[in-house]
Amino acid sequence: MYSASDLRKGLRIELEGVPYLITEFQFNKPGKGQALYVCRLKNLLTGGTHARTFRAVDKIGEPRLETKKLRYSYQDATGYVFLDANYEHATMSAEALGDQRFFLTEDAEVEVLYFNGEPIDITLPTFVEKTIVETEPGARGNTATNVLKPAKIEGGYEIQVPLFINTGDVAVIDTRTGAYVQRKT
Amino acid sequence: MDAAPSALQVRGRLLKAARGFLDERGFLEVETPVRVRAPALETHIDAEPSGALYLRTSPELHMKRLLADGAERIYQIGPCFRRGERGPFHRPEYTMLEWYRRDADYMDMLVDAKALLDAVCREVAGTTSLRHAGRRIEMMPVWECLTVSEAFRQWAGWDPVAAYDPDRFDLDLVEKVQPALPRDRPVVLKDYPAEAAALARCRAGDPPVAERWELYAGGLELANAFSELTDPEEQRRRFAACAAAREAAGRPVYPKDEAFLDALREGLPPCGGVALGIDRLHMLLAGAAHIDSVVPFPEE
Repeated sequence: MYSASDLRKGLRIELEGVPYLITEFQFNKPGKGQALYVCRLKNLLTGGTHARTFRAVDKIGEPRLETKKLRYSYQDATGYVFLDANYEHATMSAEALGDQRFFLTEDAEVEVLYFNGEPIDITLPTFVEKTIVETEPGARGNTATNVLKPAKIEGGYEIQVPLFINTGDVAVIDTRTGAYVQRKT
Repeated sequence: MDAAPSALQVRGRLLKAARGFLDERGFLEVETPVRVRAPALETHIDAEPSGALYLRTSPELHMKRLLADGAERIYQIGPCFRRGERGPFHRPEYTMLEWYRRDADYMDMLVDAKALLDAVCREVAGTTSLRHAGRRIEMMPVWECLTVSEAFRQWAGWDPVAAYDPDRFDLDLVEKVQPALPRDRPVVLKDYPAEAAALARCRAGDPPVAERWELYAGGLELANAFSELTDPEEQRRRFAACAAAREAAGRPVYPKDEAFLDALREGLPPCGGVALGIDRLHMLLAGAAHIDSVVPFPEE
Protein backbone atom coordinates (compact mmCIF):
# COMPACT_ATOMS: atom_id res chain seq x y z
CA MET A 1 0.00 0.00 0.00
CA TYR A 2 1.07 3.56 -0.64
CA SER A 3 0.18 6.46 1.62
CA ALA A 4 -0.79 9.77 0.05
CA SER A 5 2.63 11.27 0.76
CA ASP A 6 4.22 8.62 -1.53
CA LEU A 7 2.23 9.85 -4.54
CA ARG A 8 4.06 11.61 -7.36
CA LYS A 9 3.79 12.11 -11.09
CA GLY A 10 4.59 8.90 -12.97
CA LEU A 11 3.65 6.56 -10.11
CA ARG A 12 1.32 3.66 -10.91
CA ILE A 13 -1.39 2.92 -8.36
CA GLU A 14 -4.38 0.59 -8.05
CA LEU A 15 -7.91 1.62 -7.09
CA GLU A 16 -10.77 -0.89 -6.90
CA GLY A 17 -8.84 -3.42 -8.95
CA VAL A 18 -7.93 -0.98 -11.76
CA PRO A 19 -4.34 0.18 -12.42
CA TYR A 20 -3.81 3.91 -12.96
CA LEU A 21 -0.87 6.12 -13.88
CA ILE A 22 -0.57 9.50 -12.13
CA THR A 23 -0.13 11.96 -15.03
CA GLU A 24 -0.45 15.18 -13.03
CA PHE A 25 0.24 15.70 -9.36
CA GLN A 26 0.00 18.69 -7.08
CA PHE A 27 0.38 19.11 -3.33
CA ASN A 28 -2.28 21.44 -1.96
CA LYS A 29 -3.01 22.59 1.56
CA PRO A 30 -5.76 25.14 2.01
CA GLY A 31 -5.19 27.56 4.90
CA LYS A 32 -5.38 25.69 8.22
CA GLY A 33 -6.82 22.69 6.39
CA GLN A 34 -5.49 19.20 5.76
CA ALA A 35 -2.84 18.31 3.18
CA LEU A 36 -4.43 17.22 -0.10
CA TYR A 37 -2.83 15.51 -3.08
CA VAL A 38 -4.59 16.55 -6.28
CA CYS A 39 -3.98 14.02 -9.06
CA ARG A 40 -4.98 13.36 -12.64
CA LEU A 41 -5.19 9.61 -13.21
CA LYS A 42 -4.95 7.65 -16.45
CA ASN A 43 -6.75 4.33 -16.45
CA LEU A 44 -4.14 1.90 -17.79
CA LEU A 45 -6.83 -0.47 -19.09
CA THR A 46 -9.03 1.99 -20.98
CA GLY A 47 -6.77 5.04 -21.41
CA GLY A 48 -9.44 7.33 -19.91
CA THR A 49 -8.40 10.07 -17.49
CA HIS A 50 -10.07 11.68 -14.50
CA ALA A 51 -9.21 13.92 -11.52
CA ARG A 52 -8.93 12.50 -8.03
CA THR A 53 -7.89 14.14 -4.76
CA PHE A 54 -6.36 12.08 -1.96
CA ARG A 55 -6.14 13.02 1.71
CA ALA A 56 -3.12 12.40 3.93
CA VAL A 57 -4.97 9.60 5.73
CA ASP A 58 -5.85 7.71 2.52
CA LYS A 59 -4.18 4.38 1.75
CA ILE A 60 -3.68 3.63 -1.93
CA GLY A 61 -3.16 0.24 -3.59
CA GLU A 62 0.11 -0.75 -5.21
CA PRO A 63 -0.58 -2.62 -8.46
CA ARG A 64 1.25 -5.86 -9.31
CA LEU A 65 2.94 -4.69 -12.49
CA GLU A 66 5.94 -5.99 -14.40
CA THR A 67 7.55 -5.14 -17.70
CA LYS A 68 9.23 -7.40 -20.26
CA LYS A 69 11.08 -6.55 -23.44
CA LEU A 70 9.53 -8.38 -26.41
CA ARG A 71 9.73 -7.94 -30.17
CA TYR A 72 6.74 -7.29 -32.40
CA SER A 73 6.27 -10.32 -34.60
CA TYR A 74 3.01 -10.38 -36.56
CA GLN A 75 -0.68 -9.62 -36.58
CA ASP A 76 -3.32 -12.33 -36.90
CA ALA A 77 -6.97 -12.82 -36.12
CA THR A 78 -6.29 -12.84 -32.36
CA GLY A 79 -4.46 -9.51 -32.40
CA TYR A 80 -0.90 -8.20 -32.36
CA VAL A 81 1.67 -10.80 -31.28
CA PHE A 82 4.93 -10.02 -29.47
CA LEU A 83 7.68 -12.62 -28.88
CA ASP A 84 11.09 -12.93 -27.29
CA ALA A 85 13.99 -15.34 -27.93
CA ASN A 86 12.54 -17.85 -25.46
CA TYR A 87 9.18 -17.78 -27.26
CA GLU A 88 7.61 -15.92 -24.36
CA HIS A 89 4.71 -14.24 -26.06
CA ALA A 90 1.98 -11.68 -25.53
CA THR A 91 -1.05 -10.96 -27.69
CA MET A 92 -2.77 -7.59 -27.55
CA SER A 93 -5.90 -6.29 -29.26
CA ALA A 94 -6.03 -3.26 -31.56
CA GLU A 95 -8.25 -1.60 -28.95
CA ALA A 96 -5.70 -2.09 -26.15
CA LEU A 97 -2.87 -0.72 -28.30
CA GLY A 98 -4.80 2.28 -29.63
CA ASP A 99 -2.91 4.41 -32.14
CA GLN A 100 0.35 2.85 -31.02
CA ARG A 101 -0.43 -0.11 -33.30
CA PHE A 102 0.24 2.06 -36.36
CA PHE A 103 3.81 2.67 -35.23
CA LEU A 104 4.73 -0.99 -34.81
CA THR A 105 7.42 -2.22 -37.17
CA GLU A 106 8.43 -5.83 -37.63
CA ASP A 107 11.00 -6.99 -35.08
CA ALA A 108 10.87 -3.66 -33.17
CA GLU A 109 11.68 -4.10 -29.49
CA VAL A 110 8.90 -2.85 -27.22
CA GLU A 111 8.43 -2.87 -23.47
CA VAL A 112 5.26 -4.73 -22.56
CA LEU A 113 3.52 -3.80 -19.30
CA TYR A 114 1.71 -6.61 -17.46
CA PHE A 115 -0.95 -6.16 -14.78
CA ASN A 116 -1.72 -9.31 -12.76
CA GLY A 117 0.04 -11.28 -15.49
CA GLU A 118 -1.99 -9.79 -18.38
CA PRO A 119 -0.36 -7.52 -21.00
CA ILE A 120 -2.09 -4.12 -20.85
CA ASP A 121 0.22 -1.59 -22.51
CA ILE A 122 3.40 -1.20 -24.53
CA THR A 123 6.13 1.40 -24.74
CA LEU A 124 7.40 1.83 -28.29
CA PRO A 125 10.89 2.89 -29.38
CA THR A 126 10.85 6.71 -29.37
CA PHE A 127 11.44 6.96 -33.13
CA VAL A 128 10.18 4.66 -35.87
CA GLU A 129 10.45 4.76 -39.67
CA LYS A 130 7.31 4.45 -41.75
CA THR A 131 6.75 4.56 -45.51
CA ILE A 132 4.32 7.18 -46.79
CA VAL A 133 1.67 5.35 -48.83
CA GLU A 134 -0.51 8.29 -49.83
CA THR A 135 -0.05 12.06 -50.02
CA GLU A 136 -0.51 14.96 -52.47
CA PRO A 137 2.49 15.16 -54.84
CA GLY A 138 5.45 17.00 -53.36
CA ALA A 139 6.21 20.59 -54.32
CA ARG A 140 9.62 20.33 -55.95
CA GLY A 141 12.22 22.58 -54.42
CA ASN A 142 9.98 23.54 -51.54
CA THR A 143 12.13 22.67 -48.54
CA ALA A 144 10.09 24.64 -46.03
CA THR A 145 9.36 22.52 -42.96
CA ASN A 146 6.80 24.84 -41.41
CA VAL A 147 4.01 24.22 -43.92
CA LEU A 148 2.38 20.84 -43.49
CA LYS A 149 0.02 18.57 -45.39
CA PRO A 150 -1.67 15.29 -44.49
CA ALA A 151 -0.04 11.96 -45.40
CA LYS A 152 -1.04 8.36 -44.77
CA ILE A 153 1.43 5.76 -43.51
CA GLU A 154 1.10 1.98 -43.82
CA GLY A 155 -2.04 0.91 -41.99
CA GLY A 156 -3.87 4.10 -43.03
CA TYR A 157 -2.86 6.31 -40.06
CA GLU A 158 -2.62 9.99 -41.01
CA ILE A 159 0.25 12.24 -39.98
CA GLN A 160 1.23 15.81 -40.94
CA VAL A 161 4.35 16.15 -43.13
CA PRO A 162 6.18 19.00 -44.94
CA LEU A 163 5.22 19.77 -48.56
CA PHE A 164 8.34 18.16 -50.11
CA ILE A 165 7.41 14.65 -48.92
CA ASN A 166 6.22 12.23 -51.63
CA THR A 167 4.46 8.89 -51.66
CA GLY A 168 7.15 6.25 -51.16
CA ASP A 169 9.36 8.43 -48.95
CA VAL A 170 10.26 7.08 -45.52
CA ALA A 171 9.40 9.35 -42.58
CA VAL A 172 10.87 9.24 -39.10
CA ILE A 173 8.05 9.63 -36.54
CA ASP A 174 8.15 10.41 -32.82
CA THR A 175 5.92 7.73 -31.29
CA ARG A 176 5.21 9.78 -28.15
CA THR A 177 3.43 12.52 -30.11
CA GLY A 178 2.79 10.96 -33.53
CA ALA A 179 4.67 13.89 -35.09
CA TYR A 180 6.85 13.79 -38.21
CA VAL A 181 10.54 14.35 -37.34
CA GLN A 182 12.47 14.08 -40.62
CA ARG A 183 12.72 12.33 -43.97
CA LYS A 184 14.96 9.30 -44.05
CA THR A 185 17.57 9.75 -46.78
CA MET B 1 15.06 48.18 -22.24
CA ASP B 2 16.33 47.10 -18.85
CA ALA B 3 16.65 43.40 -18.14
CA ALA B 4 13.97 41.97 -15.85
CA PRO B 5 15.09 42.19 -12.21
CA SER B 6 16.49 38.97 -10.73
CA ALA B 7 14.63 37.02 -8.06
CA LEU B 8 17.16 38.31 -5.56
CA GLN B 9 16.46 41.93 -6.52
CA VAL B 10 12.69 41.47 -6.38
CA ARG B 11 12.97 39.87 -2.93
CA GLY B 12 15.14 42.70 -1.63
CA ARG B 13 12.75 45.37 -2.89
CA LEU B 14 9.73 43.48 -1.59
CA LEU B 15 11.18 43.23 1.94
CA LYS B 16 12.24 46.86 1.87
CA ALA B 17 8.82 48.04 0.65
CA ALA B 18 6.92 45.99 3.26
CA ARG B 19 9.18 47.29 6.07
CA GLY B 20 8.90 50.85 4.78
CA PHE B 21 5.11 50.66 4.73
CA LEU B 22 4.84 49.26 8.26
CA ASP B 23 7.57 51.48 9.74
CA GLU B 24 5.86 54.57 8.37
CA ARG B 25 2.62 53.60 10.12
CA GLY B 26 4.24 53.21 13.51
CA PHE B 27 4.68 49.43 13.56
CA LEU B 28 7.75 48.26 15.45
CA GLU B 29 9.78 45.46 13.89
CA VAL B 30 10.36 42.69 16.44
CA GLU B 31 12.10 39.33 16.64
CA THR B 32 10.82 36.35 18.60
CA PRO B 33 12.40 32.89 19.08
CA VAL B 34 12.70 30.58 16.09
CA ARG B 35 13.28 27.53 18.32
CA VAL B 36 10.31 27.14 20.64
CA ARG B 37 9.07 24.75 23.31
CA ALA B 38 5.45 24.80 22.24
CA PRO B 39 4.56 25.41 18.58
CA ALA B 40 0.94 26.55 18.18
CA LEU B 41 -1.35 23.54 18.36
CA GLU B 42 -3.17 23.20 15.05
CA THR B 43 -4.77 20.04 13.77
CA HIS B 44 -3.04 20.02 10.38
CA ILE B 45 0.27 21.80 10.95
CA ASP B 46 3.31 19.70 11.85
CA ALA B 47 6.40 21.25 13.44
CA GLU B 48 9.98 20.29 12.63
CA PRO B 49 11.79 19.06 15.79
CA SER B 50 15.03 20.88 16.65
CA GLY B 51 16.82 19.06 19.45
CA ALA B 52 14.41 18.94 22.39
CA LEU B 53 12.55 21.96 20.94
CA TYR B 54 10.74 22.70 17.69
CA LEU B 55 11.21 25.20 14.89
CA ARG B 56 8.34 27.66 14.95
CA THR B 57 5.45 27.12 12.53
CA SER B 58 4.54 30.81 12.98
CA PRO B 59 5.58 33.59 15.40
CA GLU B 60 1.96 34.10 16.45
CA LEU B 61 1.97 33.07 20.11
CA HIS B 62 5.08 35.05 21.03
CA MET B 63 3.86 38.12 19.17
CA LYS B 64 0.58 38.04 21.08
CA ARG B 65 2.56 37.83 24.31
CA LEU B 66 4.28 41.08 23.30
CA LEU B 67 0.84 42.65 22.75
CA ALA B 68 -0.32 41.41 26.17
CA ASP B 69 2.84 43.07 27.51
CA GLY B 70 1.81 46.45 26.14
CA ALA B 71 3.05 46.57 22.55
CA GLU B 72 0.52 48.31 20.30
CA ARG B 73 1.71 47.80 16.72
CA ILE B 74 4.32 45.17 15.89
CA TYR B 75 5.51 43.18 12.90
CA GLN B 76 8.01 40.48 12.15
CA ILE B 77 9.49 39.07 8.95
CA GLY B 78 11.28 35.78 9.32
CA PRO B 79 11.53 32.08 8.54
CA CYS B 80 8.86 29.60 9.62
CA PHE B 81 8.93 25.83 9.21
CA ARG B 82 6.21 23.30 8.48
CA ARG B 83 7.09 19.67 8.20
CA GLY B 84 6.14 17.81 5.03
CA GLU B 85 4.69 20.77 3.10
CA ARG B 86 6.18 20.61 -0.39
CA GLY B 87 4.60 21.61 -3.68
CA PRO B 88 4.47 24.43 -6.21
CA PHE B 89 3.19 26.81 -3.49
CA HIS B 90 4.76 25.20 -0.43
CA ARG B 91 8.24 24.81 0.98
CA PRO B 92 8.92 23.36 4.44
CA GLU B 93 10.95 26.52 5.17
CA TYR B 94 9.39 29.78 4.08
CA THR B 95 9.28 33.45 4.97
CA MET B 96 6.31 34.90 6.81
CA LEU B 97 5.32 38.48 7.48
CA GLU B 98 3.02 38.86 10.48
CA TRP B 99 1.71 42.11 11.80
CA TYR B 100 -0.57 42.81 14.78
CA ARG B 101 -2.49 45.86 15.85
CA ARG B 102 -4.14 46.61 19.14
CA ASP B 103 -7.81 47.73 19.20
CA ALA B 104 -8.34 46.41 15.68
CA ASP B 105 -10.49 43.61 14.29
CA TYR B 106 -10.12 41.45 11.20
CA MET B 107 -11.78 43.99 8.90
CA ASP B 108 -9.43 46.74 10.11
CA MET B 109 -6.59 44.35 9.24
CA LEU B 110 -8.06 43.98 5.74
CA VAL B 111 -7.72 47.75 5.26
CA ASP B 112 -4.06 47.44 6.33
CA ALA B 113 -3.47 44.50 4.01
CA LYS B 114 -4.92 46.29 1.02
CA ALA B 115 -2.86 49.43 1.62
CA LEU B 116 0.26 47.32 2.13
CA LEU B 117 -0.20 45.39 -1.12
CA ASP B 118 -0.94 48.60 -3.00
CA ALA B 119 2.32 50.14 -1.74
CA VAL B 120 4.42 47.00 -2.30
CA CYS B 121 3.15 46.46 -5.88
CA ARG B 122 3.86 50.08 -6.79
CA GLU B 123 7.35 50.05 -5.29
CA VAL B 124 8.45 46.63 -6.54
CA ALA B 125 6.64 46.29 -9.87
CA GLY B 126 5.96 49.98 -10.55
CA THR B 127 2.31 49.09 -11.14
CA THR B 128 -0.66 47.35 -9.52
CA SER B 129 -1.44 45.60 -12.79
CA LEU B 130 0.44 42.29 -12.53
CA ARG B 131 0.86 39.26 -14.77
CA HIS B 132 0.84 35.82 -13.23
CA ALA B 133 0.39 32.38 -14.83
CA GLY B 134 -0.43 34.00 -18.17
CA ARG B 135 -3.19 36.17 -16.74
CA ARG B 136 -3.47 39.82 -15.84
CA ILE B 137 -4.37 40.59 -12.23
CA GLU B 138 -5.56 44.07 -11.30
CA MET B 139 -4.46 44.27 -7.67
CA MET B 140 -6.29 47.59 -7.24
CA PRO B 141 -8.79 49.02 -6.66
CA VAL B 142 -11.44 46.27 -6.36
CA TRP B 143 -11.09 43.37 -3.93
CA GLU B 144 -13.99 40.99 -4.13
CA CYS B 145 -15.21 40.07 -0.67
CA LEU B 146 -17.26 36.88 -0.21
CA THR B 147 -18.33 35.08 2.93
CA VAL B 148 -17.34 31.41 3.12
CA SER B 149 -21.04 30.66 3.27
CA GLU B 150 -21.73 32.54 0.00
CA ALA B 151 -18.76 30.99 -1.80
CA PHE B 152 -19.63 27.42 -0.80
CA ARG B 153 -23.33 27.81 -1.58
CA GLN B 154 -22.47 29.18 -5.00
CA TRP B 155 -19.77 26.70 -6.06
CA ALA B 156 -20.05 23.65 -3.81
CA GLY B 157 -23.81 23.57 -3.25
CA TRP B 158 -23.81 23.51 0.57
CA ASP B 159 -23.20 25.80 3.53
CA PRO B 160 -20.37 24.71 5.86
CA VAL B 161 -21.17 27.55 8.26
CA ALA B 162 -24.64 26.12 8.93
CA ALA B 163 -23.43 22.50 9.22
CA TYR B 164 -19.70 21.86 9.22
CA ASP B 165 -18.05 18.75 7.76
CA PRO B 166 -14.27 19.14 8.01
CA ASP B 167 -13.37 16.54 5.37
CA ARG B 168 -15.83 17.80 2.81
CA PHE B 169 -14.88 21.40 3.60
CA ASP B 170 -11.20 20.88 2.69
CA LEU B 171 -11.94 18.78 -0.41
CA ASP B 172 -14.60 21.12 -1.78
CA LEU B 173 -12.44 24.17 -1.04
CA VAL B 174 -9.62 22.71 -3.16
CA GLU B 175 -11.68 21.00 -5.87
CA LYS B 176 -14.62 23.38 -6.29
CA VAL B 177 -14.29 26.75 -4.57
CA GLN B 178 -10.66 27.76 -5.13
CA PRO B 179 -10.70 26.92 -8.88
CA ALA B 180 -13.88 29.01 -9.30
CA LEU B 181 -12.61 32.15 -7.56
CA PRO B 182 -12.04 35.11 -9.89
CA ARG B 183 -8.35 35.37 -10.86
CA ASP B 184 -8.27 38.82 -12.41
CA ARG B 185 -8.47 40.60 -9.02
CA PRO B 186 -7.85 39.76 -5.36
CA VAL B 187 -10.59 37.81 -3.56
CA VAL B 188 -11.24 37.69 0.15
CA LEU B 189 -13.06 34.76 1.77
CA LYS B 190 -14.30 35.76 5.20
CA ASP B 191 -16.40 34.56 8.15
CA TYR B 192 -15.31 30.95 8.53
CA PRO B 193 -17.23 28.18 10.24
CA ALA B 194 -16.67 28.44 14.02
CA GLU B 195 -15.11 24.96 13.86
CA ALA B 196 -12.43 26.28 11.45
CA ALA B 197 -11.61 29.30 13.58
CA ALA B 198 -8.06 28.25 14.53
CA LEU B 199 -6.97 31.20 16.72
CA ALA B 200 -9.74 33.60 15.64
CA ARG B 201 -12.45 35.12 17.80
CA CYS B 202 -16.00 33.91 17.12
CA ARG B 203 -18.86 36.32 16.64
CA ALA B 204 -22.13 35.30 18.23
CA GLY B 205 -24.98 34.83 15.82
CA ASP B 206 -27.10 32.16 14.23
CA PRO B 207 -24.94 30.44 13.22
CA PRO B 208 -21.84 31.93 14.87
CA VAL B 209 -18.88 32.63 12.58
CA ALA B 210 -15.14 32.95 13.12
CA GLU B 211 -13.81 36.45 12.40
CA ARG B 212 -11.21 35.22 9.97
CA TRP B 213 -10.36 36.00 6.34
CA GLU B 214 -8.11 34.52 3.70
CA LEU B 215 -6.82 36.57 0.79
CA TYR B 216 -6.39 34.99 -2.65
CA ALA B 217 -4.75 36.58 -5.69
CA GLY B 218 -4.22 34.83 -9.01
CA GLY B 219 -5.16 31.53 -7.37
CA LEU B 220 -2.48 31.95 -4.69
CA GLU B 221 -3.49 31.99 -1.05
CA LEU B 222 -1.55 35.04 0.14
CA ALA B 223 -2.64 35.88 3.67
CA ASN B 224 -4.76 34.84 6.63
CA ALA B 225 -6.13 37.18 9.29
CA PHE B 226 -8.07 37.03 12.54
CA SER B 227 -9.77 39.15 15.08
CA GLU B 228 -7.53 37.48 17.64
CA LEU B 229 -9.01 35.19 20.26
CA THR B 230 -8.30 36.77 23.66
CA ASP B 231 -10.41 34.53 25.94
CA PRO B 232 -8.01 32.24 27.88
CA GLU B 233 -10.61 29.57 28.66
CA GLU B 234 -11.80 29.34 25.06
CA GLN B 235 -8.16 29.22 23.92
CA ARG B 236 -7.42 26.38 26.36
CA ARG B 237 -10.46 24.45 25.09
CA ARG B 238 -9.33 24.87 21.47
CA PHE B 239 -5.79 23.70 22.27
CA ALA B 240 -7.26 20.68 24.04
CA ALA B 241 -9.52 19.89 21.06
CA CYS B 242 -6.55 20.16 18.65
CA ALA B 243 -4.42 17.99 20.92
CA ALA B 244 -7.18 15.35 21.00
CA ALA B 245 -7.59 15.46 17.21
CA ARG B 246 -3.82 15.11 16.72
CA GLU B 247 -3.63 12.25 19.19
CA ALA B 248 -6.50 10.46 17.42
CA ALA B 249 -4.78 10.91 14.03
CA GLY B 250 -1.51 9.51 15.40
CA ARG B 251 0.31 12.82 14.94
CA PRO B 252 2.74 14.30 17.46
CA VAL B 253 1.02 16.33 20.17
CA TYR B 254 2.98 19.44 21.19
CA PRO B 255 2.90 20.82 24.73
CA LYS B 256 0.38 23.57 25.42
CA ASP B 257 2.06 26.96 25.59
CA GLU B 258 1.29 27.73 29.24
CA ALA B 259 3.19 31.03 29.17
CA PHE B 260 0.93 32.15 26.31
CA LEU B 261 -2.20 31.03 28.19
CA ASP B 262 -0.91 32.93 31.26
CA ALA B 263 -0.50 36.05 29.12
CA LEU B 264 -4.14 35.72 27.96
CA ARG B 265 -5.23 35.42 31.60
CA GLU B 266 -3.29 38.56 32.50
CA GLY B 267 -5.15 40.22 29.65
CA LEU B 268 -4.62 40.45 25.91
CA PRO B 269 -6.36 43.61 24.63
CA PRO B 270 -8.61 43.28 21.57
CA CYS B 271 -6.35 43.01 18.54
CA GLY B 272 -6.14 41.84 14.96
CA GLY B 273 -3.33 40.10 13.13
CA VAL B 274 -2.36 39.12 9.60
CA ALA B 275 0.05 36.41 8.40
CA LEU B 276 1.24 36.93 4.83
CA GLY B 277 3.44 34.52 2.87
CA ILE B 278 6.34 36.53 1.49
CA ASP B 279 7.35 33.81 -0.99
CA ARG B 280 3.83 33.69 -2.43
CA LEU B 281 3.70 37.48 -2.76
CA HIS B 282 7.09 37.30 -4.47
CA MET B 283 5.69 34.67 -6.89
CA LEU B 284 2.84 37.01 -7.73
CA LEU B 285 5.13 40.01 -8.27
CA ALA B 286 7.58 37.99 -10.38
CA GLY B 287 4.92 36.07 -12.33
CA ALA B 288 6.48 32.83 -11.06
CA ALA B 289 4.50 29.58 -11.21
CA HIS B 290 6.66 27.68 -8.72
CA ILE B 291 7.87 28.74 -5.28
CA ASP B 292 11.30 27.25 -6.03
CA SER B 293 11.97 30.00 -8.54
CA VAL B 294 11.74 32.80 -5.93
CA VAL B 295 14.24 31.45 -3.39
CA PRO B 296 18.00 31.51 -3.95
CA PHE B 297 18.84 27.91 -2.98
CA PRO B 298 15.75 25.85 -3.83
CA GLU B 299 17.61 22.54 -3.53
CA GLU B 300 18.06 22.97 0.25
